[in-house]
Amino acid sequence: MISIIGYYTTQFGELWGKSLYNLVKETIDKVLPEANLEKEQLGAVFFGNMMAGLLENNLHAGAKIAEILKLNIPVFRVEAACASGGSAFNLALNYIKSGQIETALVIGAEKMSDFSPEQVVGGLSSASSGEEQESGLTFPGIYALMAQSYFNNHKISQEDLACISVKNHFHGSLNDKAQFRRQISVSEVLNSPYVAYPLKVLDSSPISDGAAAVVLTSNKKILKKAKKSVTVLASEVVNDTLSLKKRRHLDSIEATRIAADMVFKKTGLKRSEIDIAEVHDCFSIAEIMAMEDIGFWKKGNGAKAASSYATMYGRSDHLVVNTSGGLKAAGHPVGATGIKQLGELYLQLTGKAEKRQIKNAKYGLAHNVGGSGGTVVVTILGN
Amino acid sequence: MAGIVSYGFYIPKSRIRIGDIAKVWGKEEKNISASLKVQEKTVAGIDEDALTMAYESSTMAFSDVAIDKRKIGAVYVGSESHPYAVNPTSTILAEMLGIHGSYLASDTEFACKAATGALISGLGLINSKMADYVLVAASDKAQSMPHDVLEYTASSASVSLIMGRQDLLLKIIDYSTFSTDTPDFWRRDGIRYPSHGGRFTGQPAYFYHIYNASTDLLTKTKLKPEKFAHAVFHMPNGKFPIQIAYKLGFDFNQLKQSLVVEKLGNSYTASALLGLVSVLEVAKKGDLIFFASFGSGAGSDAFVFQVTDNIIQRRKRLSVSINDKKYIDYATYLKFMDVI
Repeated sequence: MISIIGYYTTQFGELWGKSLYNLVKETIDKVLPEANLEKEQLGAVFFGNMMAGLLENNLHAGAKIAEILKLNIPVFRVEAACASGGSAFNLALNYIKSGQIETALVIGAEKMSDFSPEQVVGGLSSASSGEEQESGLTFPGIYALMAQSYFNNHKISQEDLACISVKNHFHGSLNDKAQFRRQISVSEVLNSPYVAYPLKVLDSSPISDGAAAVVLTSNKKILKKAKKSVTVLASEVVNDTLSLKKRRHLDSIEATRIAADMVFKKTGLKRSEIDIAEVHDCFSIAEIMAMEDIGFWKKGNGAKAASSYATMYGRSDHLVVNTSGGLKAAGHPVGATGIKQLGELYLQLTGKAEKRQIKNAKYGLAHNVGGSGGTVVVTILGN
Repeated sequence: MAGIVSYGFYIPKSRIRIGDIAKVWGKEEKNISASLKVQEKTVAGIDEDALTMAYESSTMAFSDVAIDKRKIGAVYVGSESHPYAVNPTSTILAEMLGIHGSYLASDTEFACKAATGALISGLGLINSKMADYVLVAASDKAQSMPHDVLEYTASSASVSLIMGRQDLLLKIIDYSTFSTDTPDFWRRDGIRYPSHGGRFTGQPAYFYHIYNASTDLLTKTKLKPEKFAHAVFHMPNGKFPIQIAYKLGFDFNQLKQSLVVEKLGNSYTASALLGLVSVLEVAKKGDLIFFASFGSGAGSDAFVFQVTDNIIQRRKRLSVSINDKKYIDYATYLKFMDVI
């Protein structure tokens, strides 16, 4: 049994006064006491980060983190676009399962706001295929194509999409660490400018800085000493084609379907037993596709479920989705997102989610996507 | 006591509506105007630049005071758009005004606060009796890259101030200045258009520096915001001055007369001083005016001015010039800005 015994996230937002490694150091300094752990008890560190090499010519992160920790242990940097955090977590889990170590620190971090939007958009585009880049497609364009395919195949309106952002901003208003803590209305979403039709500014997650960390352990003594813990029940990484044009469907992400089926099969849980989920809402359409592909909603029912705020805190009687605010409101420092999702489940399952606490939450699911679905990590935690 | 003896301004007649720029780039006019709180901006003609506009505003400043030009000890021109990289604007301006020989000519540069820094230098020269009068001109034909957000606001104007010791129009009660190395907005040598850090120009730059210069000055003078008849802040857009005013404890009534950015845009070094010019159109004897500039890079100069009874003779009507306008289309705008 492997458990998460501690979680810390920095503030997400435009953190101009902090560098990437300021953020990493902050998570290290705060998460270890949270887990009641001495750094010498760590066997390895896994670091999820996408763009430090592209934007600030900053690679060899393992050595930098060893320098911060003042430890001579293995530190691995993991890159899988926006699924870098989830992938780092999955690798740490399997490294512990292999028996190589017992306790791992998993950090996800990204520093984006020091760079021009052109640099950041260009950097993010490196996670798409060469043909997509050459044709001028950026991720808003790619997800807009997916949204258009969804619009062609199913009954849905822009108002339905807007409800996803309204819900996630409401959740963000309850999260002190969220980038946006302002509630928004459907009309505000609809009145915001188009980014790429049919997606608007307020359908889209922001450019963010932030870092998050969790501590994983299989050591029973360490687990016993931990203040709070949750168990990792299953975690699966699935890859698919990099190019959107090689996919069978544009209105769903197959890697999500496969990964979700795998974790539910492994845990023996039913979809209906999940109390909380953090899904990858880089754009509002992505949350609708995720909910259908994971199997929470029937394919094509997303519009109806979204517009009835079926997964909103205070309105849902079972599954609540993206209580952190999701990528939309909590922010999307890409390497940190996958860890923040798991951390949010940890807070909910251990009763530490404060104003947004879901009562009696037992099982949580995290869904982290890289690119347009070329990498998907789905993880289930339980208390 | 040192202060301002007279002032002049110049705003070009041509205007472009923000909506006409937005339309070219496929943006919604209401979104741009609502977020920037700017409706239109001034555009200098193809034959105008920071120098010609500084001449216009300086001529107006000299028009209602009889000053022996030989007593002008210094001419400062603050601008982000000096016509030459090497060859001073100040010497050409002085010569055009009939100022020649034994005076200090100096071009200053500190983004939008290039001229208010010169005001502080001028204050030193006047108070130390090294000069009887100092001319400070703030003039810009503000550059902005087509399609950059700056294009919606960067405008053209000039303001000139004659500083002296006697026969003052505005007493300078005190000043404060605050600077740090904060690269929020810059233009490298040889590069035509400025770059900027987007929202980084806000909290860590504009707000941080104005707040510090202003609170220093309020503390130093022991004056509370409610004592001022008017408050003026640099106007990169229509939102920032309102936000900083509220943060410092001023109310909208104290600010509203200075908010000319909605109709004139942001004329960089002349921006905040045009707010002061607007205030002087309605100010009364004894009024205290709080004024704070901002320059990217970054810094802020804050001043407390007090109006004397000379305002009655030397008042100028900016509102007449604001309403004397001719709209141009985007193609003409590009021609005037020497882009095409």
